[in-house]
Amino acid sequence: MSSVTTTAPATGSSPAALSLLWIAGVVLLAAVPFLAPNLQLLVNFALAKGLAVVGVTVLLRAGQVSFGHALFFGISAYIGAFVMASVPGMDFFGILIAGTLGAALAGLVVGLFVVRYRGIFFGMLNLAFSMIFWSILEKFYHITGGADGIRLTRPTVLGMELGRDAFELFLYYTAIVLVVGLGWFTIRWFASPVGQLFQTIKTNETRLEYLGISPRRAMLSGYLLSAALCGVGGILMATAQGVVTPEYVWWVRSAEMVFIAVLGGAGSVRGAFLGALIYEFVRTYASAYAGDVWQMLLGAFLLVIILFAPGGIIGIFERVFARGKGTS
Amino acid sequence: MNLTTFLLALFDGVSYAALVFIVALGLTLIFGVMRILNVAHGSLYAIGAYATVSLVGWVLALGAAPILAFPLMIVSAILVGVLIGGPVEYLLLRRIYDKPEVLQLLVTFAVFMILEDVQRLVWGTQPYFEAQALRALGNVTVFGVTYTVYQLILLPLVALTLLVGLRFFLRRTVTGKLITATTEDREAAQSIGIDADRVFLLTFVMGAILAGLGGALASPTTSILPGMGADMIVLSFAVVATAGLGQIEGAAIAALMIGMGRSFAIYIWPEVAVLVPYLIMVLVLLVRPEGLFGSPAARKI
Repeated sequence: MSSVTTTAPATGSSPAALSLLWIAGVVLLAAVPFLAPNLQLLVNFALAKGLAVVGVTVLLRAGQVSFGHALFFGISAYIGAFVMASVPGMDFFGILIAGTLGAALAGLVVGLFVVRYRGIFFGMLNLAFSMIFWSILEKFYHITGGADGIRLTRPTVLGMELGRDAFELFLYYTAIVLVVGLGWFTIRWFASPVGQLFQTIKTNETRLEYLGISPRRAMLSGYLLSAALCGVGGILMATAQGVVTPEYVWWVRSAEMVFIAVLGGAGSVRGAFLGALIYEFVRTYASAYAGDVWQMLLGAFLLVIILFAPGGIIGIFERVFARGKGTS
Repeated sequence: MNLTTFLLALFDGVSYAALVFIVALGLTLIFGVMRILNVAHGSLYAIGAYATVSLVGWVLALGAAPILAFPLMIVSAILVGVLIGGPVEYLLLRRIYDKPEVLQLLVTFAVFMILEDVQRLVWGTQPYFEAQALRALGNVTVFGVTYTVYQLILLPLVALTLLVGLRFFLRRTVTGKLITATTEDREAAQSIGIDADRVFLLTFVMGAILAGLGGALASPTTSILPGMGADMIVLSFAVVATAGLGQIEGAAIAALMIGMGRSFAIYIWPEVAVLVPYLIMVLVLLVRPEGLFGSPAARKI
């Protein structure tokens, strides 16, 4: 059945050789600023996006898809911008915490409402909330800067004023630490009792109720996690880009997240980051030639994955790996 | 608020509600029969509008009478339904009826992404405006308020005709009864010889035509630009969700509520006008999670 939204047993039980490969991947990422400095910003964007994609991935584990998760990405980014504007010389960790908390709080408010729904309603109500926030950002331009958005000044780091290069390097490694830490946390969360209950929503919600557990509570815990992950991604993106615009919340952003989540391998945390990296590379180099038809290509590719490769990249990857091991 | 602004808001609301209803009708019909929410519905609406502007502009440039714009709207709507709706159902949706709801949603969403770019490729990003049809019918004055006949009389009339016509079609004609039977129980319908595949194709094309017609009728009243499809799918979903998915008469009432709410907000508190439809939806869903006229789905254990 729903092969796109299930996952290969990627979490926890992957073979040791595969884990080594992942560690090598992280080391390679850490070496990017020295090996290929011109890719540093690109990878930084991909990592920020990847964190948001993990947020979408969490929901896919419960069999739900949200077409509006850019909402939390954008809320956190705008909170970061507002805090930077009102408190000059604000610390990076200050806005990181403020943005993440803000996204989690918004996740709580929106979540309390949307966790009553599944499937179509869940996906579309999320879309509606993100469109509401988007039009607020566009309409109340005297506060939000309208379509031009707000510029972010460079925050201090633990009280230190960093130069541009030093700050970008700091941001890059912070992103890697956050990706590894939060990625690990999310995988552990899936294995935790709460995470297990949350994933039961996908298979059989009624049985969850028979256990005496509120599916809404389980759903809300996952929703909060997903909103917070998007929040961390949003604040990283905002500081890396130095400007926030309503485009952060636009439905195309949400669609992109869903696309990457399905591309990487729906339900897989590692797949989310792998997907984000591949996506960001292809987008940077291909959109110059295919800017006009970019969304069309994404849509067509999404169809191909859903219909023909429901395990996503991670599914193909692990199948090839398993086959290689079997023959050797 | 004096009588004039009250009437203006009322008329705005009615004509807006009529347009949204026509689009929402197609969305709720497709959902009611096929249990699929077609996210690409908004694109069909936008393409209907674009096609009308191009077609009307081209024919009127040949020196035809402006009144010809009306049959051309119907032609564009049918073209959209048959040339886009048909292949989408036949080539794509047909493969995924037995898949989980989330996958179906993703597939129609992918179609939506593709069609959004198709519009931009064909018609560019410049806004279009073509109001010949609006001018052809002239104005009418009610209690000292002058309003266009097109928006005040034609649009609500079309919406009402579609509502009554669809009811009649589903309940009184053989084809309509086949659709209703398939909706009730697909397997039972197939076992007595109903071709469910054809019923689904027909339903989807009809729904797509309604989306295209909504766009065609909207084209003289608004400028046509990229992004209108995304706005419309969210708005018509708000209408359909407020009414309860699959509720045809309910969609008419919900469209009126949302249309009125929005148009009165424009005169009272314009900044929040775009938010009013969603506020109405959220308020209704807080009290009745299945929508105003929806009934809770039976739970499978």
